[in-house]
Amino acid sequence: MIENIFRGGKTYWLLISGLLVLIAAGVAAYLQQWNIGLAVTGLSRDVSWGLYIANFTFFVGVAASAVMIVIPYYLHNTKEFRRILILGEFMAVAACLVAITFILVDLGQPSRVFNIILYPTPGSVIFWDVVVLSVYLLLNIILGWVALDAEYKEVAPPDWLKPVAIVSIVWAVSIHTVTAFIYAGLAARSFWLTALLAPRFLASAFASGPALLILIAMAMKKWGGFDPGDQSLDKVAKIVAYAIIITIFFLLLEIFTVFYSQEPDAMSHFQYLLFGLNSHYGLVPWVWTSVALACAAIILLVIPSSRKNHLTLALACAAVFISIWIDKGLGLIVPGFIPSPLGNITEYTPTLLETLITLGVWAMGGLVLTLLLRVVMGVRQANK
Amino acid sequence: MYDKGKIIGGLAVFLCLASFPVWYTAASGKADYSPNPVLPASENQCVESAQYMKEYHMQLVQQWRDQAVRQGDSTYISSDNSSFDINLTGTCFKCHTNKADFCDRCHNYTGTAPNCWDCHNVPPAGAQPQVMK
Amino acid sequence: MNMDRRSFLKLAVLGLLALTARPALDLISKPSAARALDGPFSGKRLAMAIDLNACTAGEGCIDCIAACHSMHNVPDIGNTKEEIKWLWEVNYGQAFDDQENRFVKEPLQDRRVLVLCNHCDNPPCVRVCPTQATWKREDGIVMMDYHRCIGCRYCMAACPYGSRSFNWRDPRPYIRTINEGYPTRTRGVVEKCNFCEERLADGLQPACVEACRTGALKFGDLKPGTELYDLISSQFNLRRKGELGTQPQVYYLM
Repeated sequence: MIENIFRGGKTYWLLISGLLVLIAAGVAAYLQQWNIGLAVTGLSRDVSWGLYIANFTFFVGVAASAVMIVIPYYLHNTKEFRRILILGEFMAVAACLVAITFILVDLGQPSRVFNIILYPTPGSVIFWDVVVLSVYLLLNIILGWVALDAEYKEVAPPDWLKPVAIVSIVWAVSIHTVTAFIYAGLAARSFWLTALLAPRFLASAFASGPALLILIAMAMKKWGGFDPGDQSLDKVAKIVAYAIIITIFFLLLEIFTVFYSQEPDAMSHFQYLLFGLNSHYGLVPWVWTSVALACAAIILLVIPSSRKNHLTLALACAAVFISIWIDKGLGLIVPGFIPSPLGNITEYTPTLLETLITLGVWAMGGLVLTLLLRVVMGVRQANK
Repeated sequence: MYDKGKIIGGLAVFLCLASFPVWYTAASGKADYSPNPVLPASENQCVESAQYMKEYHMQLVQQWRDQAVRQGDSTYISSDNSSFDINLTGTCFKCHTNKADFCDRCHNYTGTAPNCWDCHNVPPAGAQPQVMK
Repeated sequence: MNMDRRSFLKLAVLGLLALTARPALDLISKPSAARALDGPFSGKRLAMAIDLNACTAGEGCIDCIAACHSMHNVPDIGNTKEEIKWLWEVNYGQAFDDQENRFVKEPLQDRRVLVLCNHCDNPPCVRVCPTQATWKREDGIVMMDYHRCIGCRYCMAACPYGSRSFNWRDPRPYIRTINEGYPTRTRGVVEKCNFCEERLADGLQPACVEACRTGALKFGDLKPGTELYDLISSQFNLRRKGELGTQPQVYYLM
């Protein structure tokens, strides 16, 4: 099965080379960070988490979204999802690896990361996040690989696969809930101290993940000779539509609570994000772009004709993905720190090195996903 | 075995590369010396016996670290009942006043680079450590 | 390989148990913290009182800050982005943002207030640390273990007072004169005020308290009957962000 990764046409090798170049650039940039320290990033004493943690949060969501294919297929017998199920599971594997890598590049002393295991601290949410993410990664590797192996041998998957899939459903919800708990339990940060954070995370995950899945399936159809079937794409698109509507609804709920109550501490962070505060407008263009993209996507996804048209569907999915990346990434992390506990406003702009490292981590995820899907394509083509 | 030649050949290349540090060091003679750490002129006995320190000083400093930092107990009672202040700069360097002539000798030979010195201050060579101001 | 499911499961469980053995043993065999702190500061709850009427920070005095930072090798990075500070001064409105009141006594409003780690009794930073690199000692001090810190900065996010600083780069080039008697830190770890626990072990007052020229800083054990207890219980005082339930142990006398 694995030998398939060495077989491919021009497009395939072009993609692999491009990803390797980005990874190499990321590694070179990371070496700078390793030698100098996190001073090479745009982070500061006031804004101590930024692009890396923003991406971590976002990609945990993408990883959790596999559940939106697993639930219909395993629990509700949605046969149309049979062919894209493995895409979801392998996307979860790549997204999980990306999320974990973003944590590692963010650490000040990464060589000490095993202290989390050597000195387990059940009272710390990060401890639990490490546990649940590791198990989830393992679950999806098993689910994807065993199913693919069965397909390769042209037999039905073993019976124990279904209970493992059921466990992965519960686990998917847990990884994103625990990640939300990292933020939602901090009395110091009123921007995050809301019970609605976990539902917001889940809703935006179930919009952005399947949106990426649709784009991947379309790419595989165009360049990999894989046909997911129009019905399965339409079903997934409907999931994205519901999820992005709920995401925007949840955002409006937050805005109401904060601005109707007129509570200054709560308002200040949203004011900075949406309108700027004390002549600092860093995130304003970003957040309104995110809102505009989300609205455009909702319109395109709700109208059946634009949902079924593959071009508008692709545009809508890209819009959803980017919109939520902004909202859940920088739009979530940075306002938590602005204003600071002492009322200061220190804005945050990622540096070039920080961006190169981020691109490198994305490319690593892309490489893992490309290799895994190449194996899937090889198996399916051989079976035809 | 399919492709027997390629596999055996590949394995041979791999083993050569993997064992490079061992045979290269042996061939170049770089390790053909005994790291002679310069012992302190004054004291005859370290915190523990020389043999013990040779084998266990790594574990001892870790024990000191946990005892002093995490348990708040900065007094070490040695195996012959003398008491020492747990203080890397203040105690160890009182006798071993020259890091380059003592600590670094064996550390360089074995290729270890303990990062204690990133934080723990090293008094200038030959000087007595200064106490907390 | 030819292994039936049962043997595989047995092997897997044994393997899992083996992996969890060490951490489990560590958890249940935690040694009771050897209380070797002698002298006048071996109390149960160490606290600090800052008399805002006696403090002359508003007139340019930085004796306490200079003493603390020079003694503990706190570097001067030179920019607010990467600055490291254990003790510093802010405006009254910044320290007590929940006291929105334009009728606050005139002199107080314009005061510069010293802020530092509050060594809370219910510290959120301790709760979130994934490696127990920060923990609350029996005598009340919230400690830092620079050996164990992995630099995740979760504690910085959790602290409601902004008391913690991170070493974004190697601090040594930025320390004017290294105090040989106290270690520096290295890049990638978080640091903060430690109530001078190393001086307390020798029976000395914290550096800031000793350096204060007006005696505005008072430190000690907050047990009924002590000088500090009498002082704090007799004068109106505020704590920062009291509504958050952190139980800070720095009391500002008004």
